[in-house]
Amino acid sequence: MEDYEIVLGARKEGRFTAVDYICEFVPDFVEFHGDRLYGDDSAVIGGIGYLKDVPVTVIGIEKGKNTQERIQHHFGSAHPEGYRKALRLMKQAEKFHRPVLCIVDTSGAFCGIEAEERGQGRAIADNLYEMSDLKTPILSMIVGEGGSGGALALCHSDAIWMMEDAYFSVVSPESCANILWKDIQKANVAAQSLALTAPKLYKLGLIDKICKPGDLKSLKEEIYQQIQYLKGQRIEKLLDDRYMRFRKVGY
Amino acid sequence: MGLKTFFLHANNELESGGQMLRPRKVCCKECQRQIPVSKIRKNNFVCPECGYYFTMRARRRILMLTDKRSFIELDRDLESINILDFPDYDEKLSAAREKSREKEGVICGTARIGGKETAIFSMDANFMMGSMGAVVGEKITRLFEYATEKKLSVVGVTVSGGARMQEGMISLMQMSKVSAAIKRHSNLGNLYIVLLTNPTTGGVDASLAMQGDITLAEPNARVGFAGPRVIEKSLNQTLPKDFQKASRVLECGFIDAIVPRKQQKEYIEKLLVLHDV
Repeated sequence: MEDYEIVLGARKEGRFTAVDYICEFVPDFVEFHGDRLYGDDSAVIGGIGYLKDVPVTVIGIEKGKNTQERIQHHFGSAHPEGYRKALRLMKQAEKFHRPVLCIVDTSGAFCGIEAEERGQGRAIADNLYEMSDLKTPILSMIVGEGGSGGALALCHSDAIWMMEDAYFSVVSPESCANILWKDIQKANVAAQSLALTAPKLYKLGLIDKICKPGDLKSLKEEIYQQIQYLKGQRIEKLLDDRYMRFRKVGY
Repeated sequence: MGLKTFFLHANNELESGGQMLRPRKVCCKECQRQIPVSKIRKNNFVCPECGYYFTMRARRRILMLTDKRSFIELDRDLESINILDFPDYDEKLSAAREKSREKEGVICGTARIGGKETAIFSMDANFMMGSMGAVVGEKITRLFEYATEKKLSVVGVTVSGGARMQEGMISLMQMSKVSAAIKRHSNLGNLYIVLLTNPTTGGVDASLAMQGDITLAEPNARVGFAGPRVIEKSLNQTLPKDFQKASRVLECGFIDAIVPRKQQKEYIEKLLVLHDV
């Protein structure tokens, strides 16, 4: 399959969205709202619940399933409040020694005047900065679209997992083609060149595991094992490993 | 040093004539007046007539901000490679090297500022619009690690269009890498002052530009995450005139102070002294 087809597939309606994963992994999920600073962003869902016998904090970027839901969730593009809600819940997770699971599916951070003026850049920067030092395990999963900085803001983790049919890219192939060649028709060339598919990213050492889509039950078991493993690490080692995980990127 | 390149860039009309001329005057992009280059240079690359800020090369910026002959460059030989085999990237890199006369889009090192030993980095707009690829991220990360080890303050000057697309996710993850290094530097009580210059956008805005203890900006600098044209297109409306301008970003609460070029060295010196223990 062409890489661009994977991008298009990752955007299709009818895929599992963050809610599906949350319902499967954490059936007793309790949702929490608000960033305590400005508002509540419906593009980001956050809360706590049991992953089997382990209490976890789960944060997901939700796109919605139909047009009405998609509008309600801002098409899965988070405002600064969304990233700040995520960070607030992660800090809470740190306090109560709960592991954090991030489920990422976004075409990118919300693009608009208000988002800019409320500090979209600062919100993402804060997440990267604080997550690098969050004293509890973090596991991130790209389940559909991994759009640029808006997705990265929930991926400063101990491990980044990715669905086989998801993509994770520095820029959308369309924007890339438009910027470099002034031609959106060349999006497929851009997609091919950007190394945005799970196998390519795995080969580059940027993600840690490729997951088979569809079978949520075995995925849940794998996540449980991973979280147990991370929980078993001393915090100093966990943070050093997290530092090195990103430190080695590109060198 | 560097001034020749500066002339040539400020005068694209002259270059397009086929022959490289070395003009004594430069046309200001804002007021369109012909200004003698010597005057602009003396005025820290600010138009003496209308106050327009010409883009400064990274090295010249370091000279302006640091004590004479105190700058020692670090990691100057790191160069990018076309790791993804991205179309036209090799050509773009050689063009950028020629245009900027630098090996990469950021210059790092140590220098004294008001007599105080400091780590400093300065990004270069002439190198692929200051975009952050693996080498830019690596150099800045190494600088913060060095500063952490030596307990030095870091002064950083940003100018960037964001992550460098041609390096794909490797460049995006430089945001994470740099952020973690800045956090470690901060955790040990070290100071990071960042000076945002025109433009500071995209992935650089969403990481190292917004992680300083003290955030300064140049007058009129564009500071923001998403590009204005992208927002305009997606909203289908024209943007307010001061949108993403330093003055507005300050009003919104994301900048501590806007400091004119002439005062920047003195201003930063004062901040460094205030943090001296």
